[in-house]
Amino acid sequence: MRRLPPLRTALLTALALLVAPFAHAIAPTRMPTPALQARYERLIHGFRCMQCQDESLANSPVSLAADMRRQIRQMLMAGRTDQQIRHFFVSRYGYFILFKPPFVLKTAWLWLAPGVLLVTGTVSAGWVIRRRAALAAADDNDEDVPGDDGVARPGNHN
Amino acid sequence: MKGRYLIPLGVFAVIATMLALGIEQAPRKDLVPSPLIGKAAPIFSLPSLANPRKLVTSAQLRGHWYLFNVWGTWCISCRMEEPELLAIARTGLVPLIGLDWKDTRSDAITYLHRAGDPYRKIAFDPGGLEAIQWGVYGAPETFLVNPQGIIVYKYIGPITPGAWTRDFLPRLPAAHAVAGS
Repeated sequence: MRRLPPLRTALLTALALLVAPFAHAIAPTRMPTPALQARYERLIHGFRCMQCQDESLANSPVSLAADMRRQIRQMLMAGRTDQQIRHFFVSRYGYFILFKPPFVLKTAWLWLAPGVLLVTGTVSAGWVIRRRAALAAADDNDEDVPGDDGVARPGNHN
Repeated sequence: MKGRYLIPLGVFAVIATMLALGIEQAPRKDLVPSPLIGKAAPIFSLPSLANPRKLVTSAQLRGHWYLFNVWGTWCISCRMEEPELLAIARTGLVPLIGLDWKDTRSDAITYLHRAGDPYRKIAFDPGGLEAIQWGVYGAPETFLVNPQGIIVYKYIGPITPGAWTRDFLPRLPAAHAVAGS
């Protein structure tokens, strides 16, 4: 058998390395009905893997995540509602396990801060722009005043 | 209107303080506080590690203080913690109940035979679903449970002699008798 030329070997190696991260992808779980399957998928995407913390249960290859998926599957098969399953995990791991934290007193600032910052920013920007415009208009009116040499001097306003 | 110039400075101070607090807390980010503290410990009934026909149950532990220690032979930090667990067992203050998590029976028995066994009882959880009941996300984790079955305290990571004196002893009723041990 002919040996592969070095370039092709290099390319194949690079390709193999490229797909390596997907080699340990999560084995898909089959639920008995499409409805259960959809709920299962939605649930595992909504929970954080507590070990890796920045991945969902759906994407995490660690064994704790596999156990949690098994727990979710068992609870779905036992007829639990999504709400009950969410409560089960939140009561044991805290809100941290939810990728989308609920709106409660403890997390209010998390949800409100962007809006508050946006409103504050818009209002102060509007205020500054309007003041600048008013100053510019005042400057224009000043132009024909006797004794005004037309040279802008800093620090005259206010 | 001179004070106007202080507004951006104030905004900057607020943001800088928030970021500083964030950095301050960053190293503890891995320690997720447990919502189970102050709540009833899970009710369980699991096979014993030493004898699969025997059960270790929460009912047996009612009326006693106990430490519920989640470990496994695969867990390096648990091996580091082992000498301190043996020391705690020697004080006789509070029994250690082990949860052998995602382990094999033979590995665990061999390991305890060699390193010493600090546990009063060990429940066996090869599938890992019991650990989820306790909100465990790594090993070792140790829960202090009171006679009413309430989780009083949770410690994440290997217990050090310092942590034992600082975090566990003051929470135990008989602590004053053996303070500093």
